[in-house]
Amino acid sequence: MISIRGLTKSFRGAPVLRGIDLDIEDGEKVVVIGPSGTGKSTLLRSLNFLDVPDAGQITVGDLTVDAARASKSDILALRRRTGFVFQNYALFANKTAKENIMEALVTVQKRPRAEAEERALSVLRETGLAEKADSYPAALSGGQQQRVGIGRAMALGAEVLLFDEPTSALDPEWVGEVLDLMRRVAEKSQTMIIVTHEMQFAREIADRVVFMDGGKIVEAGPPSQIFDAPRDDRLRRFLKRVGREQGAG
Amino acid sequence: MRALDFDYMLGLVPVILSYVPITLAMAGASMVLALALASLLAVERVIRVPVLDNLVVLFISFFRGTPLLVQLFLFYFGLPQLLPALANINGVTAAVMGLTLHFAAYMAESIRAAIAGVDRSQWEAAQSIGMTQAQMMRRIILPQAARIAAPTLVNYFIDMIKGTSLAFTLGVTEMMGAAQKEAAGSFLYFEAFLVVAVIYWIMVEALSQVQGRLETRLNKAFAR
Ligand SMILES: Nc1ncnc2c1ncn2[C@@H]1O[C@H](COP(=O)(O)OP(=O)(O)OP(=O)(O)O)[C@@H](O)[C@H]1O
Ligand SMILES: [Mg+2]
Repeated sequence: MISIRGLTKSFRGAPVLRGIDLDIEDGEKVVVIGPSGTGKSTLLRSLNFLDVPDAGQITVGDLTVDAARASKSDILALRRRTGFVFQNYALFANKTAKENIMEALVTVQKRPRAEAEERALSVLRETGLAEKADSYPAALSGGQQQRVGIGRAMALGAEVLLFDEPTSALDPEWVGEVLDLMRRVAEKSQTMIIVTHEMQFAREIADRVVFMDGGKIVEAGPPSQIFDAPRDDRLRRFLKRVGREQGAG
Repeated sequence: MRALDFDYMLGLVPVILSYVPITLAMAGASMVLALALASLLAVERVIRVPVLDNLVVLFISFFRGTPLLVQLFLFYFGLPQLLPALANINGVTAAVMGLTLHFAAYMAESIRAAIAGVDRSQWEAAQSIGMTQAQMMRRIILPQAARIAAPTLVNYFIDMIKGTSLAFTLGVTEMMGAAQKEAAGSFLYFEAFLVVAVIYWIMVEALSQVQGRLETRLNKAFAR
């Protein structure tokens, strides 16, 4: 169970999150959509404390962190309950695919090396990259790198995985394999929050779609409501615009 | 113009060569200590601990801003007058101290720049998996910064080897000191200093070869 209360964040006096409230059930898939610059990434990054929110509470499982007085150990504890998948993959450049996945298990979770290695290899098999275990990121395609990035987050055993536009930096030819892997992750009743511009994928994977505009949640509901019967004008305009761009709804 | 005394020069080669170990030992010890100190200074410059940061800036500024020879004299002739405990400081210790502090100041700046050159995504990925600051630095950032800084650091090591020649002014008989003594006996200054110059030159050239191989190795992870 994840609970976000009154989350706010400004960058140099410019408010980016203006009070976000959101509850997410275990195993729920929430897709966040909205125009550029609306604070979608900032919301996700705040949940992982890559951006430090100004105020609000974040509850993940049995841990509640008050943003305004989060201690170092609060922040580490929160990060250890949340896995982040980056738009630009952000694999450790000095580590192989296998080592990228092992790193958190060994260094952060203090698991024995052999156990971590076994886990990394099993995750690599799931992502279809077993034969790339010893390749460095520079030797992998964008799609392969992102699959390792997702594997790295999966291996943490985190309560929630946060995906910030995981396919936006990919050449179109690699988008499919990454979305396929995300579908497989979703089947394992993993809680996921996904920011994406892939509307077809959103409709298919989401239990709930959250539409953000101007740093606020404007409308939220099941995909059928958001895509087929949107209530808010801004959401309708947004869907029309992306519909034109993506050539489908 | 007189002809060069080649026989004298050939005879001198093994004499000077026998001082290569002391030269390399001073340079090696100074390099290891300077690298360790420079890494600490560089990490401090990146995370900026209040007050300590000002001291580090001052340290770097002083040791970059004054000549190595002056620093060596300060340690060898100056400090013992202030601190009687150092009255028996020997030339090698003073030289290693001076070389360490002098080159640590330079190397700290290149390591700091290399750390800043590591892509922001690497920091964020390390933070996102819950690494502490120290884990992130040691396992992710410094190894990548090392690759960026390696060519510059090897250049400083080369400068350091040449810098050990100043130790003869502190009474240390290393390669330069030995050449100086030989020349004073034979009056064949040109021959003696030419021999020592060529030996330094060969050592530095050999190091440049190692430098090339080191870079290939460090770049392994980044090549396709
Ligand atoms: N580190 C930062 N410093 C200053 N401003 C920032 C920073 N990060 C984000 N912003 C600003 O905050 C606003 C929201 O950014 P955010 O990245 O959260 O939007 P987004 O909804 O993810 O947009 P996009 O769809 O383009 O990714 C933008 O105006 C952005 O310029
Ligand atoms: Mg974004």
